[in-house]
Amino acid sequence: MHVLANRQHDKAPAAADRLVNISRRGFMTGTAGLALGLYMVPLLGRGGGARAADENGEFAPNAFVRVSPDGEVVVIAKHIEMGQGSYTGLATLVAEELDADWESVRVEGAPADTRRYKNLAFGIQGTGGSTAIANAFEQMRRAGATARAMLVAAAAERLEVAPASLSVRQGKVLHEASGRELGFGELAEAAAGQAVPEEVTLKSPERFTLIGKQRLMRQDSPAKTDGSARFTQDVQLDGMLVAVPAHPPRFGSRLASVDDGEALKVPGVVASVRFPSPTRDGDLVAVLASNTWAAIRGRDALTLEWDDGRAFTLGSEEIEAAYRERAGEPGKPVTRRGDADTALNEAARVIEADYVVPYLAHAAMEPLDCVVDLQDDHCTIHNGEQWQTLDQQAVAQLLGLSPERVTIHQLYAGGSFGRRANPVSDYVLEAVAIARAARDQDRKAPIKMVWTREDDTRGGHYRPLNVHRARLGLDDNGKPVAWHQRIVGQSILTGTSMESMMVKGGIDPTSVEGASDLPYTVPALHVELHSPSDIGVPVQWWRSVGHSHTAFSTEGLIDEAAVAAGQDPYRYRRELLADHPRWRGVLDLAADKAGWTSPLEPGAEDVKRGRGIAVHQSFGSYVAQVAEVSVDAENTLRVDRVVCAVDCGMAVNPDVIRAQMEGGIGFALAATLHSEITLDGGQVVQSNFNDFQVLRHNEMPEIEVHIVASGEAPTGVGEPGVPPLAPAVTNAIHAATGRRLRRLPIADQLEA
Amino acid sequence: MTTLTINGQTHELDAPDDMPLLWAIRDLVGHTGTKYGCGKGLCGACTVHLDGQPTRSCIIPLSAVGDRRVATIEAMAEDATGASVQQAWRELDVVQCGYCQSGQIMAATALLRDNPAPDDAAIDGAMNGNLCRCATYVRIRAAIHTAAASLGQEVS
Repeated sequence: MHVLANRQHDKAPAAADRLVNISRRGFMTGTAGLALGLYMVPLLGRGGGARAADENGEFAPNAFVRVSPDGEVVVIAKHIEMGQGSYTGLATLVAEELDADWESVRVEGAPADTRRYKNLAFGIQGTGGSTAIANAFEQMRRAGATARAMLVAAAAERLEVAPASLSVRQGKVLHEASGRELGFGELAEAAAGQAVPEEVTLKSPERFTLIGKQRLMRQDSPAKTDGSARFTQDVQLDGMLVAVPAHPPRFGSRLASVDDGEALKVPGVVASVRFPSPTRDGDLVAVLASNTWAAIRGRDALTLEWDDGRAFTLGSEEIEAAYRERAGEPGKPVTRRGDADTALNEAARVIEADYVVPYLAHAAMEPLDCVVDLQDDHCTIHNGEQWQTLDQQAVAQLLGLSPERVTIHQLYAGGSFGRRANPVSDYVLEAVAIARAARDQDRKAPIKMVWTREDDTRGGHYRPLNVHRARLGLDDNGKPVAWHQRIVGQSILTGTSMESMMVKGGIDPTSVEGASDLPYTVPALHVELHSPSDIGVPVQWWRSVGHSHTAFSTEGLIDEAAVAAGQDPYRYRRELLADHPRWRGVLDLAADKAGWTSPLEPGAEDVKRGRGIAVHQSFGSYVAQVAEVSVDAENTLRVDRVVCAVDCGMAVNPDVIRAQMEGGIGFALAATLHSEITLDGGQVVQSNFNDFQVLRHNEMPEIEVHIVASGEAPTGVGEPGVPPLAPAVTNAIHAATGRRLRRLPIADQLEA
Repeated sequence: MTTLTINGQTHELDAPDDMPLLWAIRDLVGHTGTKYGCGKGLCGACTVHLDGQPTRSCIIPLSAVGDRRVATIEAMAEDATGASVQQAWRELDVVQCGYCQSGQIMAATALLRDNPAPDDAAIDGAMNGNLCRCATYVRIRAAIHTAAASLGQEVS
């Protein structure tokens, strides 16, 4: 995702904060520049020479590390842990330079505190765009190196030796000449009295003992396997009430009347509250109860009338038809290289195709929720918090408080895939609005707002439906000479605080990323964009954002071109990537490991098999995937195996990278095979996992992940595993059956 | 009043008969390792054991629990099979967001008690109702095989 600050949404705050536009290239330079200047903020505002201890005798040299007298090293993670392994990655960086004992390292989520914990890629605190390790790579290492230097200085004093005569290994400072050693815990208090060094030297990569070297157990594995990991849903505060809100049947419906008579009869229900919705039209109503079950039953027992006068009432089919019509007209020019129209007229052969993808819900396993403890002049939030700065500002604005009066405590998030970083802070503000309405009724209890699965599925903020229309011109040799692509889909950023900084000339970069910067050698490239503004369905970034649809069309189209040219799809791509060694690198690696040049093993009788390839760069990381599929006589599709090659620069935690590729492939396969949100008369059709289908155990392919050895700066892995999967699968289906699928999900298309 | 035996402890609960077991465990007893994911028995995040049988606690009302013993993720460290499953999960770093994993571990533990050496088809059969949106399925499968192997060694 790209970013932001300074929200000017009409109902959200307009606080000024710095704004960093991360284009992929600008991102890395921006990170380096920021990392030099802003890397360390002393925890208690102390400068060099001041004591770095807190009241407990702990050693806290900076905002990211604490060492306690018992030797425990606590790393404070500025990024949310939502499954992507950020806690493990950030702790690895600190532990590497600190030479800590991994068994003694623990991670705590940082509170909202933009000054200390901003994402250096964004300029605000928040997680997205697969930036966690990339932006913190040097910052966390410096934090560890600083702590290490102070522990060494303390040991030197204690042992009365020169600091240079000491070494550090696995949580101990060693004086090898005399055989003496001191544990970090023994040194914690004395280290706190040392001057905070202004300069530290970081290890050169060949001296790394943890980064890229060994498999470290995930920091969150123990708690997530014994039930003790705390998610927002698990928060219990004294006197807390659970609130379940009622949402309108259509986007834009307005609440006309409320009858809560039956709801109030449900045992455990305490009250209903009507409140102005901070991000929807008009009022909403929520039921408060002493437990979740009662709150759900109470909410379901409300009799509500809605005014649909200004509601959005189109269905998905009508939206798609309108988009196809728009696709027939020129859009805003995004990329213009060469003269595509002339080249198309002169081409030996022209491929014309529409690629279509639906709305998608994030459908994290933990439905949206948020805990709010509201006081007169202070608001405390407990949340799996992905968007600290902007949520904090939005809450402050809603309540008329300064942002410092809004405390946000970090918890694990049971998935997010982008949803918990809402551009208008929708669910966080809803919880706060409910708490305020309750307080206005003199119910001063903390409030845990819970959405049911159905609320989560129907709550909007989807990956937008997109229609891509393309015309590719090939010359006599089958080489592409013109690529003309029109993208029609709602803008994610327009109407949010990010619009003014990110949307230039009417072009939302998140609508076209991955298509506008097509890497293939094509003399004439035209990419155009239509961003319909008359569609009332809220949209949002969804794991890999624009790449989730642009990779499907571009990698499908290049495959169509290869087939039309009668050439091998891998070699065809390879030829056209001569100027892009990292693209080529992963393409070659995936093809090699998949055995691309040897024939695929045949399936059983009447089973057609095929192999497809795709390559895509997103968020600075390069991923190629080869999918192997089987289609049986009943046209049942199975994805048997996916071979994945990833180049994410220096691999910090190879096993986490593998896990993110595996998970990204499974997440993408759900959207490839099954998932879609459709509307009928403005109402969301799907409600729960019965009709919004995600991937199941038996559908998971065998997966092989290969990581390119690289000394480049690390880039992200949370999202880049997603984009190539859908086209790799549909290209494999074409190889198996000769059928070209240009619409997701595949669902029952093969049966037609 | 409803009496429930959860992880060997008896609880007297003032709860309506139709309250699903899930909410009694989470909101009334305070064991929050068992998760709410769908409320319709569709995702498996709420899986507990009733007399050892894997059960979706979000759709079984308290009135239907009767005097069956309830076991949750919090008790698995004390259970030989459950502990092996947890250990395998950690060895292979199965978890990502972790929200579904209590249910996955409860389902896998019940499977291994029933079938000490499940093949992939048996794993699919037993686990297919336990959704993981992070798609940790490759590692769940591997971890079940790992746990089966370690349990098999203990037996022999």
